[in-house]
Amino acid sequence: MRRLINRRPGRVLGTFLTALPFAVLVTIYVMASNARLAANPDDKLLPSFASFWDAIVRMGFEPSKRTGEYLLWVDTLASLERLGLGVAMAAAIALILGLTLGLFPYARTTFAPLVKALSLIPPLSVLPILFITFGLGQTAKIALILFGITPFITRDLQQRIEELPEEQMIKAQTLGANSWQLLTRVALPQALPRLIEGVRLGLGPAWLFLIAGEAIAGEEGLGYRIFLVRRYLAMDVILPYVAWITLIAFSFDFTLRQLRVWLFSWSLTRD
Amino acid sequence: MTEPRVTPLIECRHLWKSFGDTVVLENLNLTVAEGEFVTMVGASGCGKTTFLRMLLGVEQPTAGQLELGGEPLPGEPRSDRGIVFQRYSVFPHLTVLGNALLPMEFQQAPLSGRLFGAQRRRAKERAMAMLERVGLVGSAHQYPAALSGGMQQRLSIAQSLVKQPRILLLDEPFGALDPGIRNDMQELTLDLWQREKLTVFMVTHDIEEGFKVGTRLLVFDKLRQDPHAPEAYGATITYDLPIDRRSGADEAMATPDSPGPEAGA
Repeated sequence: MRRLINRRPGRVLGTFLTALPFAVLVTIYVMASNARLAANPDDKLLPSFASFWDAIVRMGFEPSKRTGEYLLWVDTLASLERLGLGVAMAAAIALILGLTLGLFPYARTTFAPLVKALSLIPPLSVLPILFITFGLGQTAKIALILFGITPFITRDLQQRIEELPEEQMIKAQTLGANSWQLLTRVALPQALPRLIEGVRLGLGPAWLFLIAGEAIAGEEGLGYRIFLVRRYLAMDVILPYVAWITLIAFSFDFTLRQLRVWLFSWSLTRD
Repeated sequence: MTEPRVTPLIECRHLWKSFGDTVVLENLNLTVAEGEFVTMVGASGCGKTTFLRMLLGVEQPTAGQLELGGEPLPGEPRSDRGIVFQRYSVFPHLTVLGNALLPMEFQQAPLSGRLFGAQRRRAKERAMAMLERVGLVGSAHQYPAALSGGMQQRLSIAQSLVKQPRILLLDEPFGALDPGIRNDMQELTLDLWQREKLTVFMVTHDIEEGFKVGTRLLVFDKLRQDPHAPEAYGATITYDLPIDRRSGADEAMATPDSPGPEAGA
């Protein structure tokens, strides 16, 4: 009998095993939902798939009775704008800071402790400060994402640059590189794949900060909508929204991973 | 042995190096003329690599003089001294051709670090010529990760030679290679040393290799030992042996243009 760690499922069995927990979860939900709806047809806690569909059609494909907008798309667009701006700015700042801190001892001595201190502040604790400073609109929410993920992506990149073998840096100098060329031709290209990984990891917290920001104040947005309809126990809207957010998050992660494979194939075969 | 010129290329007088209380090198005196192939052997921790790093400009002498062509040696790596390390000696994010182009891009494009048009075409021709010399033309568009250890070292040598350095420093460059490939690499290095009129300093842990390729073998060892304080005394050059090899020209003839059978491995 081979050890358990050496036994692997085949292709067909593997697919089946992967699908199994999902199927079990859906089955349990449907059974529980049916049982509750049989006892009380107006039950709101575990709606049927039919009411999910109704909610999706209502939110996504019929104009709102109050404003005439297609709420799902308005919410999605508003949230993606905040998330995209926040994450893009965070990535740009982290790239510049991380390269500078990683490469130049003077910059590291001066600013690295500050970045570390900032990264230790729980971002949600500064949300009130951001609301007071920037008001309840777009800026505060983008600022929260920025504040939440920039320091850790910066430190990750700085570490990556510091980990570059000393041999490479010395070699480049003997090939005549000045500091700027060391930055742009040696350090930057090797930092970019790590930046993609940093952004992938940062997207999780970024969603958290986005939804937290929208939950507290807002006029539209995926997080805002979820917390708004919570008051009416509208699980038929909340669950499809959660699924929609998950799908978007997954597609971002997938796209970034493909981007790395496509742009930086050399970085996949290191060591 | 090549005829030494009048002005020594490298001259050390009473050179000391210590890290804190640990003395690594003591009272090192050495004169090396242009065109010599100096191999350096010794037990690990005997300071031969420290000495190479001082020639490179990464470590500074604690006391004494270290001169390059009569001037104090610059305190940072420069393009007049090329280096090939045992590991991490090429850039993983650039193709073989990209690696060979890099020195010219550094020189001709201080701001963008990239060449375009006719400039790039000329640089590419030169890079390809250098790759041809080390037998890597067929792998020009591959990334280093796809190359064998020996091919990576050949690329690293080619990359350094594009800069036409006065001195080539080799830090156990073939230590991680299989014996057969190491042989080819030694032949290639000797061939390039003669064609490019280089002065070579090579650290090796293999004394046989030291005798085989060098025109001069330096042995690093400690003259004094204190068993209670092993760090109190440093190493110095205990033997300085001129190697009476048969004229290196024979060997260069043996491998005219071919870089060795490992090409395309």
